[in-house]
Amino acid sequence: MAMAEKTSDAAPQAQAVGMPALHKVIFGVLLAGLIVLPFFVYPVFAMKVMCFALFAAAFNLLLGFGGLLSFGHAAYFGGASYISAHAAKVWGLTPELSVLCGAAAAGVLGLVIGSLAIRRQGIYFAMVTLAFAQMVYFVALQAEFTGGEDGIQSVPRGDLFGLIPLADNMALYFFVLAVTFGGILLLYRIVHSPFGQVLKAIRENEPRAISLGYDVNRYKLIVFTLSAVMSGVAGATKAQVFQLASLTDVHWSMSGEVVLMTLLGGMGTVFGPLVGAGIIVTMQNYLATFGAWVTVIQGVIFVVGVLMFREGIIGVLARWFKRSL
Amino acid sequence: MFELLGIPPQVLMGQLLLGLINGSFYAVLSLGLAVIFGLLNIINFAHGALYMAGAFVAWMLLNYLGIGYWPALILAPLIVGAFGIVLERTMLSRLYHLDHLYGLLLTFGLALIIQGLFRNYYGISGLPYQIPNLLSGGQNLGFMFLPNYRAWVVVASVLVCFGTWFMIEKTRLGAYLRAATENPVLVGAFGVNVPLMIMLTYGFGVALAGFAGVLAAPIYSVNPTMGEQLIIVVFAVVVIGGMGSIMGAILTGYMLGIVEGLTRVFYPEGSAVVIFVIMAIVLMIKPEGLFGRPA
Repeated sequence: MAMAEKTSDAAPQAQAVGMPALHKVIFGVLLAGLIVLPFFVYPVFAMKVMCFALFAAAFNLLLGFGGLLSFGHAAYFGGASYISAHAAKVWGLTPELSVLCGAAAAGVLGLVIGSLAIRRQGIYFAMVTLAFAQMVYFVALQAEFTGGEDGIQSVPRGDLFGLIPLADNMALYFFVLAVTFGGILLLYRIVHSPFGQVLKAIRENEPRAISLGYDVNRYKLIVFTLSAVMSGVAGATKAQVFQLASLTDVHWSMSGEVVLMTLLGGMGTVFGPLVGAGIIVTMQNYLATFGAWVTVIQGVIFVVGVLMFREGIIGVLARWFKRSL
Repeated sequence: MFELLGIPPQVLMGQLLLGLINGSFYAVLSLGLAVIFGLLNIINFAHGALYMAGAFVAWMLLNYLGIGYWPALILAPLIVGAFGIVLERTMLSRLYHLDHLYGLLLTFGLALIIQGLFRNYYGISGLPYQIPNLLSGGQNLGFMFLPNYRAWVVVASVLVCFGTWFMIEKTRLGAYLRAATENPVLVGAFGVNVPLMIMLTYGFGVALAGFAGVLAAPIYSVNPTMGEQLIIVVFAVVVIGGMGSIMGAILTGYMLGIVEGLTRVFYPEGSAVVIFVIMAIVLMIKPEGLFGRPA
């Protein structure tokens, strides 16, 4: 199951003593950059990038570190966006509670689908997750509360903790920054915890992990659910930003996009998914007027990436600098 | 005529026929996936796109070259198969030494490219394709009206499925193929050209998709998105059947088409998801699939 060609093991010892200095510096620069970013670019665009960065990082937890290729992550991303939009609009919950509702729903969905999907491996696992995600799509299309083709529109942004109004893009931006950056740090912590090390062991050699006494299926189910929850946080936050939950978020092409972001940035790297998300979202933004050509270009990136660029951008950089990135 | 649970027989038979038609496409497509998977160990995500391409090739042959349905039924699969061979030689063959999931990712990318290109040039509104004269009209069976073309689709798919099964399970060529599926290195050592066999197998598998596309053209309008929904359902069919057996892939395809049709009669809201529900149940009871071998 060694899906990713490993580059991130270049400095395994550094993980034992907390976050390596290099990662601290990169995260610090990233945070500083994100704080000043909305004064230079359109905040809604920046928020979209951050939501997808968290989504891709959550997906990478499963693929890059768990070695499991899910082709149905749109179910958790989109499912959570529907639930959080519903919570904010119909139940009148505050933004942070709406996001939590969405994440919890994604977690339940991930637990149910994950417990079925881990019964198969490799290619079958990918097909099973895709098929269940399609089922979620049909439910979203037909169910009463999702609004069918229209989706859930004009979701109120509400007041954070009931106190701070988020109607202003700038206020919302810092809420989204806190949620997504916190989520990405949490994912980093999970990967570099003892739990994360067991995941690596399972990915590298599953029979051996079993013989060492690890309940492999339990670990797989936990990482699947965690990945679904964090994808849910991303989707729920996106629904708050755009005040909209729609079929786009649960469509199979969304599942494909997150795979693409992770592949392009570098599977199994810390910063790859963030870079991949930034590139793909920017590309979609600038090429939006070209219609279906965006699909063609995404397909070309997939093909080129798989044929000659499997390490991804950050993977290549990590190899050049001989550092774990 | 009798009524069953308050359902008029016309409705029941009509939906059964519709289910059988859908089942025909499931069977031919999952058969192609199973043939490809057997030898190449990859899941061909581009299968839906190539099915769509088959329909488009038939449409282009008619509208640009004036070539009708019957020649297209042979020519379009050959063209799609040849295209598949080019894909296999130039791209897929570079991935055989890697994890099989890369094959899935590559063919997903190819599917996006093919679909995107057709959508750019032909839009998504769909293009009409006439039913051939020989098969227009239908038969009144007393309890229902049977359109000739739909009957032909079922017959043609059964013939193709059975022919493929016969070739793989009962002929010398098929014996080589099954041997190469078990142990390609050993078969190569006996002097069989395994890379050539892999190439032709992929070509044949996608030609089946192209054939299904031509069959579908007069029923559904020729549309760039016609393959994308279908392929995901076919994936579920393949998970339910298990890809270990050719006959298993065929039978599962027809069976699930009929189950879907029956669901449309008795519980219409569930018809879109019934196959996925069955997949969940099969995963719980017999994870390796109805006809699959335990991993």
